[in-house]
Amino acid sequence: MISDIEIEVLRLSLKIAGWAVLCSLPFAIGISFLLSRRQFPGRFVLDGIVHLPLVIPPVAVGYILLLVLGRQGLVGSWLYEVFGVTLVFSWQGAAVAAAVMAFPLMVRAIRLSLDSVDQKIEAAAQTLGASPLRVFLTITLPLITPGILTGTVLAFARALGEFGATITFVSNIAGETRTLPIALYTLLQAPGSEDAALRIVGISIALALLALLASELLARRVARRLTGEPS
Amino acid sequence: MTHLSVDIQKHVGELQITAEFESDVGGITALHGRSGAGKTSIVNMIAGLDTPDSGRITLGGQVLFDSDKGINLPPHLRRIGYVFQEDRLFPHLTVRRNLLYGASRASHSDTVLNFDDVVDMLGIASLLDRQPHHLSGGEKQRVAIGRALLSGPEILLMDEPLVNLDMERRGEILPFIEKLRDATGIPVLYVSHATEEIIRLADIVVMISEGKSVAVGPVEDVMSRLDLRPLTGRYEAGAVLNVRVGEYNLDDGLSSLNFAGGALLVPQVDAPIGHDLRVRVRARDVSIALTPPHGISILNVFPGKILDMAETGTAQMDVLIDIALPGGIEPCPLWARITRRSATELKLETGLVVHALIKAVAIDRHSLGQ
Repeated sequence: MISDIEIEVLRLSLKIAGWAVLCSLPFAIGISFLLSRRQFPGRFVLDGIVHLPLVIPPVAVGYILLLVLGRQGLVGSWLYEVFGVTLVFSWQGAAVAAAVMAFPLMVRAIRLSLDSVDQKIEAAAQTLGASPLRVFLTITLPLITPGILTGTVLAFARALGEFGATITFVSNIAGETRTLPIALYTLLQAPGSEDAALRIVGISIALALLALLASELLARRVARRLTGEPS
Repeated sequence: MTHLSVDIQKHVGELQITAEFESDVGGITALHGRSGAGKTSIVNMIAGLDTPDSGRITLGGQVLFDSDKGINLPPHLRRIGYVFQEDRLFPHLTVRRNLLYGASRASHSDTVLNFDDVVDMLGIASLLDRQPHHLSGGEKQRVAIGRALLSGPEILLMDEPLVNLDMERRGEILPFIEKLRDATGIPVLYVSHATEEIIRLADIVVMISEGKSVAVGPVEDVMSRLDLRPLTGRYEAGAVLNVRVGEYNLDDGLSSLNFAGGALLVPQVDAPIGHDLRVRVRARDVSIALTPPHGISILNVFPGKILDMAETGTAQMDVLIDIALPGGIEPCPLWARITRRSATELKLETGLVVHALIKAVAIDRHSLGQ
């Protein structure tokens, strides 16, 4: 029903998107907190940089990644010399590209939910003797769980569909960087593969629907826990 | 006794806040003044949620804020419980976990209250496993009070804790505040613009007007002062009498309250005989007669001498009468609000002996303070 190659592509896509989301989540929460709660010089610049991948062509993002993280790049050469890590042409590189592209969506969702947290409640926690860290962990974090969930699902979906930056940065290598959209693109390049391409489209749609369903169920559970009200 | 000393200045928008007062009573100190007078800003600065431009705040020998020495303790290191206008309960925690949120600080504190005692006192035992979402406004505010008490505070700040509740709910909370003052011994700084709450709860009143503390003193003094009349509120203006509950007449349901001017008859008072109470007698509930009246429904008639008179409107004036019994050491001032025409027709003047008439039914439970 589903071929080995399709399973391989699916697993690779899930792995890349999963790692991309997992590793960027702590940074997304940190930067959302900075943008939502702190006034500091360069806040607008940070805001702009975070949102850049949303507005410039993905291929350009891929090219910038190549310049910075490539073997000759500023950070890339350092990574290679110190850790022996090469991101180019590897699935880790694909995860980095997916993370960068999905990052703004994640930050937007989390920041929106941080903005909506009543800071008076956090102040109340402080007057009860809670340090700022404890307030964040026990009050703020639980209250923004819905936003974190939304951001994670959005980012995961975006990472699954990532194409331009990925193919520019880590190319199209079967079993290493050939994710669902890149596999679809490859099939469309070869004549007579319309059926196989359609199957990939089907898998992508099924995956997206599953992710949405899972997030909806989770969000309901969280909402119930937060308000005690079935929603 | 926990001594609180406040001397702070801050610009808040148009308002220049200059608050200076001390409180070392164990009871309830009230910050009283109109809405927008800067009361909330002052308590926020005491709690550390807001920073004064300059000044000094100390609590029980500890310096919380000192602009000269650069000291500004963050809120979580100040041992101050805070009950806000809104309940500010944590929506994701059960009532029990809300109540226990400050318990870790309380465990290092001298003022440890027993969890069950507080829960019983506030009548919230049946709510412990519920989410705040499911509570009524009055219940939420009771939980908020309990949460603040259980965090081991040296002083409790209450910023208009009743303002967002309807009349019925207010009546539900007030007894708990009286109870906590009597049962816990934790001093309370109570913010309110409602004269009724001040009379009922406060021992010491700090009058706040346009950001400044303009008067500090025992509630019966401050609330009876004519010069503060524009601040205490015209409608509610009146005298505060210290009374002791006397006998209760079963036949007609009247209690007699003994004070320096004699015995005041009022509808049944819900307090044991011998209990000391404060009674507010509003100026507009007091009439004046030149001779002891006959054939009149009013039960309370007190002879007294006019001490002062002041116009309080185009048509009315307030008359201050000393109704202390002959041989009394201290004066017992009572305010009467009458029309200017009456004052003219009766030829009222300072020094004249008159009779002050008070309707018994004008004194209801809202007029009483413990």
